[in-house]
Amino acid sequence: MQIVFLLEQVVNGLVLGGYYLLMALGLSLIFSVGGIVNLAHGAFYALGAYISLEVIKYFGFGASILITPVLVGCLGIAFERFLLRRFYTADPILSLLLTFGLAMVVEQFIRMVWGAAPLSSMMPSEFKGAWMLGDMMFSKYRIFILGVVVLILCGIWLLLHKTAFGRVVRAGVQRPDMVAVLGIRLQPYMTAIVVLGVATAALGGVLFGPIATVHPAMGTEIMTVAFVVVIIGGLGSFWGVVVSALLVGVVRGITIHFEPAASEASMYVLMFLVLMLRPRGLLGERIERFE
Amino acid sequence: MDTSKNSEMANQVTSTRRRQLLTTGLALGGAASLSMPLWAQSAAPIKVGHLTPMTGFLGALGEYAAQGIKMAADEINAAGGVMGRKLEVITEDSVNPQVAATKAQRMIERDNVSVLMGEISSASALTISQVAGRNKKLFFSIGARSDVLRGKDCNRYTFHVDIPVTVMVNAVGQALVRDNMVKGKKIFSLTADYLFGHDLTKVAKKFFTDNGGTLIGDELVPTDATDLSPYLLKIRQAKPDLIASNLAGNQVTNFVKQYAEFGLPYPVVGFNLNTADAWAAGEGNLGGIWPTVWHHDLQTPGSKTFVANFEKRFGRIPENHAWIEYITLKIMAQAMNATKSTDSEKLIAYLETGAEFDILKARKGYFRSWDHQLMQEAYPFTVKPKGQAKNKQDFLQFGDAVPAPNQSLELLATNKADNTCKM
Repeated sequence: MQIVFLLEQVVNGLVLGGYYLLMALGLSLIFSVGGIVNLAHGAFYALGAYISLEVIKYFGFGASILITPVLVGCLGIAFERFLLRRFYTADPILSLLLTFGLAMVVEQFIRMVWGAAPLSSMMPSEFKGAWMLGDMMFSKYRIFILGVVVLILCGIWLLLHKTAFGRVVRAGVQRPDMVAVLGIRLQPYMTAIVVLGVATAALGGVLFGPIATVHPAMGTEIMTVAFVVVIIGGLGSFWGVVVSALLVGVVRGITIHFEPAASEASMYVLMFLVLMLRPRGLLGERIERFE
Repeated sequence: MDTSKNSEMANQVTSTRRRQLLTTGLALGGAASLSMPLWAQSAAPIKVGHLTPMTGFLGALGEYAAQGIKMAADEINAAGGVMGRKLEVITEDSVNPQVAATKAQRMIERDNVSVLMGEISSASALTISQVAGRNKKLFFSIGARSDVLRGKDCNRYTFHVDIPVTVMVNAVGQALVRDNMVKGKKIFSLTADYLFGHDLTKVAKKFFTDNGGTLIGDELVPTDATDLSPYLLKIRQAKPDLIASNLAGNQVTNFVKQYAEFGLPYPVVGFNLNTADAWAAGEGNLGGIWPTVWHHDLQTPGSKTFVANFEKRFGRIPENHAWIEYITLKIMAQAMNATKSTDSEKLIAYLETGAEFDILKARKGYFRSWDHQLMQEAYPFTVKPKGQAKNKQDFLQFGDAVPAPNQSLELLATNKADNTCKM
């Protein structure tokens, strides 16, 4: 029995990890291509959750999964064009301050518009309940989330590895100067990456609304986890982030099974161990310009 | 930048504008005195240091708290203030127990506040209470519910307004025993991992074992955990007859929503749920029976007026923390007016006399002198049958006051023999 219970926690942890992935992937992409640590990433996640509340009122939950990321993606264009673009070559401390400040501005903006009280988005009733597989129980909604995450993941992988767009982006990560010599402007690519990143974060917000409460500080909450995931996975590595997100989810689930009080600490212990053994993260690539 | 040049320029600007400023100020002052009550010439405002969590898992409740106290202060000031002096409430985010203590100390030393009040987190209330004790300043611990604050860690300078954990457990406990949900049942509980949760689970555990139930599991849940699915899986594996929630703030909402998501079959009861957190959980997710200290459906003239004024001013229905902060400031004003003083010792002496206060409920409240706890009615609430709610905040079915009108208000509280409080 014990093994079945543990397995159940592992699978549940994988789902949770997939969910972290939505946040961490965008964070990692923006850092790899633009060299910017986007501390405002959580703000887009929170905006996604709040905007989806409004979209759901008029168009329903299904539509909000599509519409909300597009709306937040448009904000992403403005964010990249008017703010981030000025800081690619500047001292990193400036972009840190900028995005940190922006995160605070957005959080307060949310407080002004929607108030500090937690809001709730209802789960469509067809997603409520669980499926049983033998003696293991899976929440229908979480399996749905996992499905969406897998789709997004495949989409981003294909985009980066099988298209001309992806080739330029990957080349830009390693050798931006060489890409420039070839006569390719990286800026439009950067805009696209930022849009992609913040839109997936917003999608995370949309999907999270029905499970937990939507509140102004939710962005700050998730950012910590997202950072830990990116650091464990290794900066700039697509699969590193994937493996790390799943690992963090599973470790958390197993810790709750044996020692619930230590659950929140578990991911930091994991990060500590990984950094001790592999300072560059699990699958971190060597990126010359960051060293 | 040349600072001396700058200040020189600033001086010039001020001197030319000073006359103009004076005239405008005079005009404004004159205009203000027409509409505002005229404060006594020499009287400095009475300052109240107000600390409450505005961020974190209790932050949503803190916003209601800040609005409630603001409304009370404005009403008191519009009616002429306290002893002809204006009330000035300084509200700050208490953040965590350490920051709360630092801010309390600073409010006493630098802002020179007469009284400290506020708090929702029991852990922060404890550290503020210690600061109040050291500085011999009166502290109204408004929204903290942990028993130890009124027991082992009680303090001559601290008065407690919200119902303590014991009352919360007893308020719904009777109903649980009546509905045969405790005796012979296997109970699994989830507990908020901080002072309040630990305290609540201790009292709940005693209640269950005293009434023939068996606790088969009790898990500590970190206050910043938002995904509770691993706990739900553990509960399912334990196959209890009943789940008891000893969670706090946001945690309860998340638990209720995710419990509905997984659709587990076990009944849930709980000893702590604030109405704002219940609203966020949403209709259709919440079930069971819960205790509360106040609810906007309370049909007393005072409560109805309060709810109407609050809605008019802030555009939303007041939550129990808005109400409790509102009445606490009024209690303080009454004590100051009665003693004609802001001196902590005199105020404590007055509060300890058992003076009665209108707290907008059917029966008046009073403080017990030996544990400084406000004695008042509490209420159980359940959830309305599906389809009966008129709006998103109307799905709670508000119950009759406990203790009943013919019973002593002290019926549900700890008695003196069981309490370890020594002032």
